[in-house]
Amino acid sequence: MPLLTPPAPSGTSFTTPRPTGPVPQPAPIPADRLLVEETIPGGSAVSFVVRRHTTLRLTALEAGANISFLCFNRAEPVDRYNMADTLKGQHTSKLTTGCMLYSDMARALFSITGDTLGWHDPLGGHDTAAHVEKKWGKKNYQTARNDWHRNSHDHFLIELSKHGLNARDLVPNINFFSKLSTDSDGRLSFVPNHSKAGDHLDLRAELDVLVILTTCHHPMDTRLAYGPAPIRLQLYRTDPPSATDYCRTYRPENERALYNSELFSL
Amino acid sequence: MSTLIYTESSLTPADAAYRHVIPAGDFWMHEIKAGQVLRILDLEGNQAADTLFYAAADFRERYSAQDTIRENGGIYLTTGTKLYSNELNVLAEITADTCGRHDTLGGACSCEANTLRYGHGTRHMHSCRQSFLLGLMTWPGSTFDLNKRDIPANINFFMNVPVTPEGGLQFADGVSSPGKYVEMTARMDIVALISNCPQLNNPCNGWNPTPVEVLIWNP
Repeated sequence: MPLLTPPAPSGTSFTTPRPTGPVPQPAPIPADRLLVEETIPGGSAVSFVVRRHTTLRLTALEAGANISFLCFNRAEPVDRYNMADTLKGQHTSKLTTGCMLYSDMARALFSITGDTLGWHDPLGGHDTAAHVEKKWGKKNYQTARNDWHRNSHDHFLIELSKHGLNARDLVPNINFFSKLSTDSDGRLSFVPNHSKAGDHLDLRAELDVLVILTTCHHPMDTRLAYGPAPIRLQLYRTDPPSATDYCRTYRPENERALYNSELFSL
Repeated sequence: MSTLIYTESSLTPADAAYRHVIPAGDFWMHEIKAGQVLRILDLEGNQAADTLFYAAADFRERYSAQDTIRENGGIYLTTGTKLYSNELNVLAEITADTCGRHDTLGGACSCEANTLRYGHGTRHMHSCRQSFLLGLMTWPGSTFDLNKRDIPANINFFMNVPVTPEGGLQFADGVSSPGKYVEMTARMDIVALISNCPQLNNPCNGWNPTPVEVLIWNP
């Protein structure tokens, strides 16, 4: 194995242009690479590990889906997705193909290697019992059974606890499949029905990553009836990022984030 | 063109119950009782004051950037902005602001994040999260062991980080200048943790980190 050396600095690079040329599109998953697939009902939560250089494909099974998403370096969960570093490192307020999800120790956790949608929300946070009750009323398990109204905040706390984590680890989350628009005064508004059935994105793990996700509504969702959409999860084997990998070359920062992940994996 | 909101305070420094100058690169951690007013004063201009708030009774409740922007409906912090906790309680409210807007998306620099943004040669430069960690690890009033898990996304007072309708994020020229200040009234007993940013690699400090002053008035 060659000596690992840090990528060259790129100056202050505040205005480094994005790569030109075609944006890679997600391809069908080769049957011999698919490891597992599962459908998650709306309003649910799951947590699982995605091994390094395995890709997680998330697919919306209905229009207007939302996945509230947290991720952690599995080996050291104190090292976790960091919203601010991810956004400022890539000079973006949306997530799409080319972007990486950085940890707060400056490692690449995931690379977004494909995306049919073009915009996923890193800003809006997650819904709580109070949000859901205010919009759609309260439906508890006693009276509604599996049709009860659920929320990401409670789910996150429950799933965090299963991995020895707690409320102190509930950092800003991503909302895949949702979009917030901002005007010139920075006012935020929710874009209804941003995703359609079949939209999907691919997340390639650059470390062993612990994922916690919910299929609850976006906290700013404006629809009239409670009805979170189901999601399909698929895991498939992928190759390590090549020297010309789109995500690696998307920003000079991404190259250095991958180097930090390599360093961690020695 | 976006709007900047300027609101002067009626409070005078001579009446402050507490004053302290935070040198560039240093941290300041202090309890602020409900009803007290905290002013952060940009003494020489273009300085970033990276700030966190915790509920004094339980540090597990702390400032939340996502909840704050969503519940206020916008990404910029200025007069009238309520600073929300992760439990959706109001920790404090901005009650005066002569700067016009402040950022809460850009986060705080760290040695590790500096390697991403500026290259690995900056790994050993001083950074905000070093200051935050030292503050948390040495806070005498803590009832449990504070550590890196207790650093959420922070406020960057005096920083200007516009988001574009196309989804870009820019580090624009500062809108602060010498003598600009922001004031907030505590709505519960809180602890403030400020890292007076030592960043030398980007224009958030005008390439020259300088001191800020904190003042506290009793209700």
